Amino acid sequence: MTDTSAGSTTTINPPATGVGNSVDRPDASAKVLGSFEFSNDLNHERMLWGATIRSPHPSARIVSINVAPALAIPGVAAVVTHHDVPGSPVYGLISHDQPVFASDVVRYQGEPVAAVAADHPDTCRRAMVAVEVVYEVTEPVVDLLTAATAKPVHPDGNVVRRVPIRFGDVDAVGDIVVEGTYEMGMQDQAFMGPESGMAVPAAGDGSIDLYVATQWLHEDRDQVADCLGLARDDVRIHLAGTGGAFGAREDVSFHVHACLLAQHTNRPVKMQYRRDESFLGHVHRHPAHMTYRHHATNDGRLVKVECDIVLDGGAYASSSFAVCGNAARFAAGPYKVPNAVVNASVVRTNNPPCGAMRGFGAVQVCFGHEAQMDKLAAALDMDPLEIRLLNALETGDRLITGQILDGVAPVRECIEAAAAFPLPPISGNDVFDQPGGAGRTADPLAVRRGVGFAVGFKNAAFAEGFVDDTHARCRLENGQVTLWCAAAEVGQGFVTIVRQIAVSTLGTDRVELMRASTADIGSAGSTSASRQTYMSGAAVLKACEEVAEQVRLAIAATHDVAPELVTIEGGRARTIDGRVDVIVADAIADVRFEAELRHMHRETYPLDEETGQGDCDVTWIFAAHRAVVDVDVELGLVKVVEVTTGQDVGVALNPLHVIGQIEGGISQGVGLAVMEEIITDVGLVRNPSFTDYLLPTMVDMPDVRITLIEQPEEGGPFGAKGVGETPSLSSTPAVAAAVRAATGLELTRVPIKPQDIALG
Amino acid sequence: MSEIYELRVNGVDYPVTADANRNLSGVLRDELGLTGTKEGCDDCECGACMVLLDGQPINSCSYLAAQAQGREISTVEGLMDRDEMHPLQTNILECGGVQCGFCTPGMLMSAHALLERTPEPSLEEIKVGLSGNLCRCTGYGTIFEAVAAASKVEKVEP
Ligand code: FES
Ligand code: FES
Repeated sequence: MTDTSAGSTTTINPPATGVGNSVDRPDASAKVLGSFEFSNDLNHERMLWGATIRSPHPSARIVSINVAPALAIPGVAAVVTHHDVPGSPVYGLISHDQPVFASDVVRYQGEPVAAVAADHPDTCRRAMVAVEVVYEVTEPVVDLLTAATAKPVHPDGNVVRRVPIRFGDVDAVGDIVVEGTYEMGMQDQAFMGPESGMAVPAAGDGSIDLYVATQWLHEDRDQVADCLGLARDDVRIHLAGTGGAFGAREDVSFHVHACLLAQHTNRPVKMQYRRDESFLGHVHRHPAHMTYRHHATNDGRLVKVECDIVLDGGAYASSSFAVCGNAARFAAGPYKVPNAVVNASVVRTNNPPCGAMRGFGAVQVCFGHEAQMDKLAAALDMDPLEIRLLNALETGDRLITGQILDGVAPVRECIEAAAAFPLPPISGNDVFDQPGGAGRTADPLAVRRGVGFAVGFKNAAFAEGFVDDTHARCRLENGQVTLWCAAAEVGQGFVTIVRQIAVSTLGTDRVELMRASTADIGSAGSTSASRQTYMSGAAVLKACEEVAEQVRLAIAATHDVAPELVTIEGGRARTIDGRVDVIVADAIADVRFEAELRHMHRETYPLDEETGQGDCDVTWIFAAHRAVVDVDVELGLVKVVEVTTGQDVGVALNPLHVIGQIEGGISQGVGLAVMEEIITDVGLVRNPSFTDYLLPTMVDMPDVRITLIEQPEEGGPFGAKGVGETPSLSSTPAVAAAVRAATGLELTRVPIKPQDIALG
Repeated sequence: MSEIYELRVNGVDYPVTADANRNLSGVLRDELGLTGTKEGCDDCECGACMVLLDGQPINSCSYLAAQAQGREISTVEGLMDRDEMHPLQTNILECGGVQCGFCTPGMLMSAHALLERTPEPSLEEIKVGLSGNLCRCTGYGTIFEAVAAASKVEKVEP
C-alpha cells in the first residue's frame, strides 16, 4: 500500500525517467505555451469549412430535402445528403445501424440530414438555414420502461440486447431481504475540446487523409472507408490534438461528412462542432432504471442478488451491447455473491443516443448495488463498512458469471485505505465552507454533515470474446529509440507512459513516439475500457524487449562472449564477470534494430445467452470511496467536503499522472452525484450548454485524498493496471450515501437535485 | 462589413481586416494565427478563451474584437519572458496540472490575472479566481496546487 506521497516499488535504473517516476508529459510544454496543435487549430490555406444540418425533431419522417437554395449562395462549395454516400449508407461501432445522413426518417434531435462546405463559417451558417427540409413530425418513443414494446424506433427493433444471468441457486432465500429501485440520469462526457478535424483529399488517387480527435483510429478508418466505398488503405486517419474524450469520441461523428465534402470539392475541409452541437452530436452515458432485491443471512453475508436493469440507448446501438454486458456482469458489486438472478436490457428510444462513457455500464449498477449494501447494513444494524468488508471479493472467488476471479483483487485494502484517512473537521462558518459556496445562501444552522462509503469494480480491456489486439513497433538506431503505436492520446498520458517503458527497457531517454496514424502501423484498439496502458503499454514493452534481445545477441557477438552470459536488466546489458556493462541503447551504433508485434490478452469468451455464464473477462479493477458532505437540508444545497479513496492500480508507472486520473475521475463522479444531467423533454435536449449543464468548477471540487494500492498485475507492463475508469465507479454512490446520511432521505436517483432534498 | 483596424497583442501591433461582428477569440485564432487561445464553448461558459485586456481577464469568445482596439491584449503566447517560462507554466507542469491541456491556456491567463491583482491570494481566492475556467480532466487539484505554489514563488521575490 502506497500513500500518494511515496514512490512505487519498481527498481529504477538511470536515467530517472523510466517507470515509477512522475515524469512530465512530453507534450506538456507545448500545451502550457499554447503551441500544441489541437484538432480545431488545424489550418490549411486552401481549406473550406464544413457544417452539419441536423434534425430539430426527435422523431419525424423526412418528406423532402431541397439543397438548391443553399447551393445558390455565393461561397457555398457543396451540399451533400444521403444521395451522395457512395458506400455503406450506415455505420456504427458494434452494429452498423446508424445512417451517415438520415434519408427517410430522423430518430433523434440533432441527427445529421445534410452537410455543407463553404468558404467561411458564416457562409456555412447561411447555407444551413437555406437547406429546405420538410419533416412530418411523429410521436417519439421516450419512456425507457415501455420502449421494448413500443412502436419500433428502428428496423432492428427496440431491444438492442438482453443479458440474463442465472448463477447458483436462483430460488435461494435469505434471512433478510431488502429491495430498492434506483435511477441514474443522462451524463455528458463534456470534454473541453469540441469535435473537430480536417479531411484532406489526396491529389489524383482518390484516397483521403483525415486528421481527427478520436479514441480509435483504425475503427474510424474502417467505418469511414466503408461509407466512402474506398479500400481501407485509401483512408488514412491521423490523430489530431485531442481535448479530452471520456468515451464520447469512440463513435464516428463528422468523420464521413468531412470526407464527403472534401471529395466533392477536392479541397481540404475543416469541421468543428459548436458546444451546443457537441451536446447533440455525440453519445452520452446511458440513463438507467434498476430494481434490486438483496438477500442476506442474519449475520450479514450475501445470499442472493436479484436485479432488473433497463438502459436507455437512444435510437442507435453505438456501444450499447458492451454497456449492457457490463451492467449485467457487475450488477452485484465486488462482493462474494453465491446466487444471482440478473436481467439487463438496453432499449431504443428517440432520446439522445447513448454509448461509451468512463466506466460504461458498471457506473450505473454501482449506484444501485451500493445503495442496497447500505440498506442491508441498516436493516441488520451493521456498520456500512463492516458489511462490505465481510462480503469483499478476493482472488479465487467465483463471480456471478461463474468465472473465477484470478487476478489481484484488493477490495479489502481499498475499503480500509479509503476509511483510514481521518475525517475532516467540521466546517467553519466562513461562507466558502457552506453549501451554496459563492451563492452564500446556506444557513449554518440548517447544515448537516453526512459520511458515505461505496465500493466498485469492473473489468479492464475488451471482454466477451471481442478481438482485443494492439500493435507496436520499436526501432533503435544510433542510440535513438523511435516508437510507433496507434493508441490515441486523449489527455490520459499514454504518451508519457510508453516513453517511460522504453526508457526502462532500453536505458536511454532519447525516445520519440510518432504521431498515431493508421498509415504507419496496425490497430491499437480503442482508448477506452482502461485498456491502453495495460494493452498497448504491454505491446510497446514487448517490442522494446525484443529490440533489447537483438542487441544482447549483437553485444555477445561483438565482445565474443557466449550470448547466454549477457543479461539485460533495467536498460543495461551486462556479463557477470563485468567484462560487459553497457546501456543497451548505446551498445551498438550504426546498426538498426527493429521489432514490430501484435499483442493480445488471453482469450475471453462470450456469455451464455440463457445463463450469462462464461469466462468473459481478462482483468478487473477496484476502488473504494468515502465521501463527506455538508447539506443545507432546508435549501437542498450540497457541498462535497472531501472524497477519500483507495484504488487498485497494479503498479503506478507514473504516480503523479495516476493521481491526475483519479482526481479527474472523482470530479466526474461528484458531478454525476449532485450536478450533471442532460435534461430531455419528449426527446428534446433542454440544456445543451455549460450554463445549464453544470460541471464541477474548482469551487465545487472537494479535497481528495488518495491511497494507491499497488499489487502487481500479471500481464500488465511492469505490473500496471488501467486506472482511468475506476475513480468514476464508486465516487458517485459514495456522495449519494453521504447525502442520505446527512438528510435521512432515500434519494434513489442521481444526480440528486436541491428539490429532492428540500422537498423530500 | 469588413473593418480595418489594429490590435495590440502581447506588445505587438497587428493589422486586422475583419467583419465588425467578429469576436476576439476568432480574430486572434483565425486572423492572427494565435491559436493558443482556445474555444471550448463560444458562449462565455468555459474560460478556455480567457485573455487579459489591460490586465483584466475576459472571455474573448464573447468580446468584440474591434472593441479591443487601443487596449493591451495578453494571451498565453506572451506569458513566457524571452526563453523563460512563467512560474505558473513551470508549476503547472511540475504539479501535473496538464492532461489534455485544452483548458490550460485559459487557466494560466486567469491565474496570471489573479496573481497580478492579488499576489498573495488565500486558498479561497484562488478557487474563486479560477472558478470561471472549466477543466474536465484533472479535477483541479493539481492546477490549484500549481497556482498556490506560483503565488509563493512570487511572494519571495523582492
Ligand atoms: S470559449 Fe469562451 S468561455 Fe468558452
Ligand atoms: S486538462 Fe483537459 S480540460 Fe483541463
